[in-house]
Parts: sequence; structure tokens; C-alpha cells
Amino acid sequence: MSAIPSVPPVPPVSDPGPIPIPPTGLSRFPWLRLPRQPMLRHLLLGAVAAFGFYILTSAISSFNDFRVGEIAVYAIALAGLSLLTGTNGQISLGQGAFMAVGAYTLGVLMTHTHLPLVVDVLAAIGLSGALGLVVGMPATRLKGPYLAGMTLILALGLPRIADKYSTFFGGDQGLTVNSPTPPGTIDPQRWLSWIEIVGAIVVLILLANLTRSRFGRSFRAVRDDEIAAGLSGIHVARTKVLAFTVAASCAGLAGAFLGLSVGVVNTGEFSLTLSIYLLAGMVLGGAGSLVGAWWGAIVLVFMPGWSTSIANSFNLGSAVGANLALVVYGLVLIVVIMAAPMGIQGGIGWLGRRALSLVGGGVPAPGAPTPRQEGNEPVGSIPSIPPPAAPARNIREQS
Amino acid sequence: MSLFINLTLNGITNGMIFAAVALGLVFIWRATHIVNFSQGSMAMFTTYIAVTLLDRHINYWLVFAAALVAGLVMGGVIELVLIRPLRGEHALNPVIVTLGLFILLEGLAGSIFGVGNRSFPPAFSQAGLTFGHSTIAFSHFDVFILAAVVILMLGTLVLFRATNMGLRMRAAAFAPEVARLLGVRVGRILTLGWALAAVAGSLAGLLVAPTVSFSPNFMDLILVYAFTAAVVGGLDSPVGALVGGLVTGLSLSYVGGYLGSSLEPLGALAILMVVLSARPEGIFSRPAPRRV
Amino acid sequence: MLDVEDLSVSYGAVQALHGVTFQAREGTVTAVLGANGAGKTTLLRTVSGLVKRQSGNVSYGGVELTGLSVENIVRLGISHVPEGRGVIEELTIDENLRLGTLWQFGRQERRSVLDEIYELFPQLAQRKRRMASTLSGGERQMLAIGRALSSKPKLLLLDEPSLGLAPLVTAQIMALIQELARETRLTVVLVEQNVRSALSIAEEAVVINLGRVVIADTAASVAADTELRHLYLGF
Repeated sequence: MSAIPSVPPVPPVSDPGPIPIPPTGLSRFPWLRLPRQPMLRHLLLGAVAAFGFYILTSAISSFNDFRVGEIAVYAIALAGLSLLTGTNGQISLGQGAFMAVGAYTLGVLMTHTHLPLVVDVLAAIGLSGALGLVVGMPATRLKGPYLAGMTLILALGLPRIADKYSTFFGGDQGLTVNSPTPPGTIDPQRWLSWIEIVGAIVVLILLANLTRSRFGRSFRAVRDDEIAAGLSGIHVARTKVLAFTVAASCAGLAGAFLGLSVGVVNTGEFSLTLSIYLLAGMVLGGAGSLVGAWWGAIVLVFMPGWSTSIANSFNLGSAVGANLALVVYGLVLIVVIMAAPMGIQGGIGWLGRRALSLVGGGVPAPGAPTPRQEGNEPVGSIPSIPPPAAPARNIREQS
Repeated sequence: MSLFINLTLNGITNGMIFAAVALGLVFIWRATHIVNFSQGSMAMFTTYIAVTLLDRHINYWLVFAAALVAGLVMGGVIELVLIRPLRGEHALNPVIVTLGLFILLEGLAGSIFGVGNRSFPPAFSQAGLTFGHSTIAFSHFDVFILAAVVILMLGTLVLFRATNMGLRMRAAAFAPEVARLLGVRVGRILTLGWALAAVAGSLAGLLVAPTVSFSPNFMDLILVYAFTAAVVGGLDSPVGALVGGLVTGLSLSYVGGYLGSSLEPLGALAILMVVLSARPEGIFSRPAPRRV
Repeated sequence: MLDVEDLSVSYGAVQALHGVTFQAREGTVTAVLGANGAGKTTLLRTVSGLVKRQSGNVSYGGVELTGLSVENIVRLGISHVPEGRGVIEELTIDENLRLGTLWQFGRQERRSVLDEIYELFPQLAQRKRRMASTLSGGERQMLAIGRALSSKPKLLLLDEPSLGLAPLVTAQIMALIQELARETRLTVVLVEQNVRSALSIAEEAVVINLGRVVIADTAASVAADTELRHLYLGF
């Protein structure tokens, strides 16, 4: 047996000292930088947004305020869904059903009690959140397609309770809902849209804080690899239930607002198609992205108008006009997933990064809001099937 | 008592239809590990093609065959165009694509064929059969439904167990990489799986259409119930699809009969939750070991 | 003859093979040796088409394999028994064996080919209709090899056939492989961790370390090179 050959000596490495970081991206413009702490940053952004909306709604007519308010409402629902599906990886087709719960809670309380509006709205949030908790608990055991199926049945089945007990729930006509009376001489429509916008901004600030906190990290960890997350000490079931409850609460608030906007609550508003439209809006805007919720909301609000005018201008007939939205959303879901899974916000983020790299000559500084920090994730960044080249192996069979 | 008998018969007939759609779900799951949420919409579309042909007074059985062929083609094309490009990527993307396809097909059907409710003529009499003085909730058409689904199931059994193509399909489902190394053209097998699944769905659509008000949504609930049936039986088991279908059909019939038809979807939800809590992989499926 | 020329393969950012070059001549057994993670399995998977290469060439009998699909490579007469054997447990023994014959043989020929395999492996013949899940490790290896042989290949790629097998069974399998190569002019590329067994039946040997070929020489020379054995083969 010959001697074991010696290992060649490793040359000593001297300490190079602190590595200087060249100014890149937005850090070149320090006055542009936002505060580091998430809460301050989000509050600042929220205040800026609120101011912007105030200017906008005052400038346009009150009918258009209605639309802006609608956008805010859908943004709330989409933001919740984005958290659940994009950030936490649980695909839910039940968001519409939770909106129905919120709307009907508001409607029932308004019809049968004389509680102040604030209490009604809080009850809507609370009840839908509670239902989200109840549904979310068994849902933790379900994998993607099974969860989708379960929430699909929920979306179809829950509104039917209103059909069954139609005397209490107002039957086909539904329950009437009174809009809140504005103080002074403010136009009621404008007042309602302000309430909705403020609600949306508050919700988004809360969700932004949540996403940046350790809960947000848990959400993403569970999404990316449940087993690994569990082994790292994250309580997987609790994380998933939390995400579900938050999403359901958002939907409940959105549903209540929607009831206030429309003036009536009935089951026709909350069909399965609503849930799928919400999914499409989320995918289009960018799953996991809070800013993306606004893009999706804009599309959702303006799509019915666009489809009818397209149908009219091409003389396609009323059948097409009514169904064009379905076709478009279906195509959106298919095409976006296949071609650009990160949606609009992902596209903007990509453009933004390219622009910054051209301006700053490098990677954006940590202080600048990058799409990653906004929580922009590709839809379905869920444990992927490993590529065939590296199959999951039993430890025994290492080569 | 006669209510119970009628509900039971009703449940069996419905259950067979759920089983047929569930069988399609099982084919697709085994082949590509996707739950095809557009299974119902695909069936709806081919049924609309059928009713359009029937309106032109074409022979019923020719139309029947045409609808099945349309399903075959549709399933194959969808797999090639939409599902194949997504192979191996993030696990939930194909689910979202099938959801998109679900509403796309509904929108297309509404646009092309119009939204109003149509009626689909049944192949056989739908009057209840009479025995002596009593009429039961079971008609000639219901016999046809049972026979058609039984033939479908037997055909599937023969295909899988006794043919070489069936062997290839099973191998491609259980171990696609190994199957490729043995020369099995797995890609074509997957396309065939989707095509056959669509045929099963088309058949179900033709069986359901005469019994409901026929609009672009008419298969939505059926899909949901078939999904429940498939989950109950285990998404990878054709036998499970049949058993699951009957269990679901009977349970929902009793729920609808004794508690009211609006509660049927929630009944399905309850069944689903019960089964998935006890066995998250379904009753008949093989529990897969978790590889860490 | 299998000709691998300057083959480089990477999985994303990880480079698994760097410029691997060697040949396997017809009718010989070539052992591919090396430590865990050296890239031996990747090499076989690239030859059979499961993994795409970044650069370099693989050709067999003059036909360029790179770019062909797995199914088409199989139809050139190349059979790969993957790591872990790939026995399909949900099928019976007979079904596993039949699977390999489907692309090539009609009903009559298939029967005679299967009979030949059963003659070679009588233990399998006794339990034709049993599920493959009931087989022991050694029997599974026989099933996997039998299945690979059922398509009458000209090139056989074996990935660690001795894994998990008792020494006696390993010896039997190795002897069988050697006999097949001699009798039927079958070219065998044998990836093995059990270096002694592999070198005992191989004519040529290729040693791979961290994705690079350390040496490609006759098996006898490699066996005799003690320093090499210490450095790369662990004994």
C-alpha cells in the first residue's frame, strides 16, 4: 500500500477589508429613497396614495367616483386573494363566496337591526374571517388541485343557502342596503367612494406590513416547500389558516362595500364566475403583488364596458357582448400563465429593473422598492415537480 | 317508502353520470397529474355541437357519434396546445390553465350558440317505467344511461388490462421516465389520455342534456359532483370513479330529496371534507410515499 | 461503437460533466467508475437522451444521438437500465417484460423473445403473473436487465446493477453480463460503485472525478494503478 498523497497546501488569504458598495440604482438619488422601516414606508405611501385619490375624485364627476370606488373594492378582494394564492400558494376559488358572506352579513344586519354602519361592516369582516378560519382549517391538509376543487364547491354551494332560506335572505330580489349618509354637502357617491378608497389603502398597508413581517416570510416558505418549512420550525398549518382567514376577511370587507355600492345584495352577484374573474384579475395584475391588485381591479371594473363596446363596434351581436368577458378572462388566465406568469406588475418590475440598470449601472440598492420586496411572485411558485435531470432520490441510492 | 326507492333509483342514475365524468378526470390525472377543471365545459361544448346538428334533423345516432369524435379531437388538441408546453413547470399552473379553459369554453359556447335555454331531445322515452299500478322514477332513458356508462367502464377495463395500448398507458402513468426508456412514446400517450377523457365527458354531456335546462352552465354542477366522486374513489383509480360516482350520486339524491335541492352542493362539500380528512388521497388510491 | 466526445452537461448552474471523452467498442464491457456525485449517472442519462447536453457529441454506430428523443434513441438499439432499476411495481413481471418489446416485435416474435428471457431467468418465469412489487432486490435486477434485453439491444447501459444486492447475487449478475457481452456481441457500459466486481468483468475502464475523465484505459491497467485506486476509487 503506497503512502496517501499529501494535499497541496492552500495559500493563506489575507483579509481584504470592508467591500465598498458602489452607488447604484436609486441610491444615486438619496432624496428619492423611502424610509427603511416598513411601517413608515407603507404609511408614507398610503398617505401619498390617499392624497392622490382625493385629488382624482374631486376632479372627476361623481359617476366616475363610483368607478374609482369600485376599483378600490376589487383591489381589496384581489389583495387578499393575492396573499393567499400568490404569496402562500393556496389556490382558492372561494373568494367570491366570502365576498357574499360579507355582503349578506351587512345586508341582514341592515335589514333586521339598527346598528351603526361601522358595526355592520366590522361584523361583515368578522363573520367572513371566522368562516375563513373554519374553512381554512381542513384546507391545510389539501394539496393544490384538491383545494381548488373544494373551494369550487364552496363557491357554488354557499350562495345556495341564501336561496334555501329565502325569507331571511331576501330571496331573488335580495336585501336592500342603504348607502351611508355623508356629512355636510358632500355628494353621497363621492363620500362612499372615499370610504372605499380609505378602506382599500388601510387594508393594503396592513397587508404590506404583514407580507414584510415574519408571517410573510412564513407564507412564502410554506408556499415554496411545505416540508422544508415545517422542518425549519414554521407551524405550517397555522400559517396556512392565517393566510386563509386574512384573505376571507378582505373578501368580506370587499363584499360589504360592494353591497353598499350597488344598493342591494343578492346571490346573482356572487356566482362562481365572480371567483374565477377574481382569480383572473389576480393573475393578470401579478400574483403575490399588492400593486398588482390595483391593476387587476382596474381591468375587472372596466372589462364589462370594454366588451360591450367591442361587441358593438364589430357588430357581433348581443350574445357575444354578454360572453366576451368570459372569453377574455379565460384567455387571460391561459395566456398569462403560459407566457408571462408574473402578470402586469411583473412586467413593470422587469421594465423598472432594466431602466434602473441603465440609469444606475447596476443592481438597485436595497433601499429601493424592487418588485421582489413588493412581494411579486410568479403564480404557482409552489413546490414544482423537479426536472427529470435531478429526480428526488432515496438517500440509499446516491450515485 | 316509494320516495326512498325513487331517490335511490335517481341516485344510481345520477351516480353513473358522475362516474363517467369522473372517469375522464381519472384518465387525465393518471396521465398528466392535473385535475382538469374544464372537463365539464368540454362536455358542454360537444353537447352544443350535437344539439346544433340535431336542429338540422341529422340522425340522432350519427350526431351521438359525431359528438364523441368531437370530444376525442378536442381533448387531443387541448393537450397538445395548452398542457404539453407546461410540462414539469410549477405544479399549479396547469390547474389555472384548465380554469381559464373552463370559462373560455363557456364564453365561446354562449357567443357561438346563443345564451337562451335550449332543449335536447332524449334518445328514449323519459316516462317512468310502470310495474302494475306504480310508476317508478326510472325510465327507458335511464336504462340507456346505465347501459352506456357500463359499456364505457367495460371498454376502459378492456383497454387497460387486455391491450398493448392500455399497457403503455398504465406504464406511462406509473413511471413515465422508465416507460420512455423502454421505447414508449409517452407524449402521444398523454394526448390519447386527454382525448379519451374528453370522449367520456362528451358521453356524459349527451346523457345529461335531456334532463336539464340546457345552457352553457349546465355541466358546472356535474363537474363539481364528478370531482367529488373522483376524490372519493381516488383520483388514480377507474374503479374508484365508478364507486365514488355511485356513492356521491346516492348521497346527494338523499340530501336533495330529504333536505332540499339547494343544499346538494354543500352535501358534496361535506362528503369531500369527510373523505379527505380520513384519507387525503382518496379511498382507492395508492398512498404515495413522501420523498424529502 | 459508442463514441462520446468532449461532452459537457450542466444542471442549471451546476456543471456535472466537463469535456468527457471515451469510446466503448462493440462487444466489450466498459466500466465507468468514480466516487459519489462524480457524474456517472449523468453520463448514462445523457447518452440515453434523458438529459440534454450543453456541448460535445455522443454518437453510436456513426449516428449522432444528441438531439434525438429518448424514444428514438431506444429505437437505435440502445437500452438503459436506470439507477434504482426502474421496475414498475404496479405491473406484473410479464407486463414489465412485454413493455420493452412493444415497439419492435409483433405478437409471434414477442412470444419467442419473452421465452428466451424466461429461459435466462427461470426465477422470473415461475412468477410471471405476480406483481413486480413482490420481488426481492436481486430478482428486480434480473427483471430490469431482462426487460432491457427484451428489445434485443446492441448497446446496454447499466447504472449500478449491484446496488443493494448481496455479494453472491452481484457475482451472478456480473457473470451474466460478461457472458451476454461475449456471446451476443452486446456492448455494455457499466456504471458501478463496486469497483472490484466491475473491473473483474470489464475490458475497458473509465474513471470520472468531479465530472472529468481522469483516465480511460484498459481495465487491467486501471486495476493495477494503486495510486489511482486510492485517490479516486477508495481502496
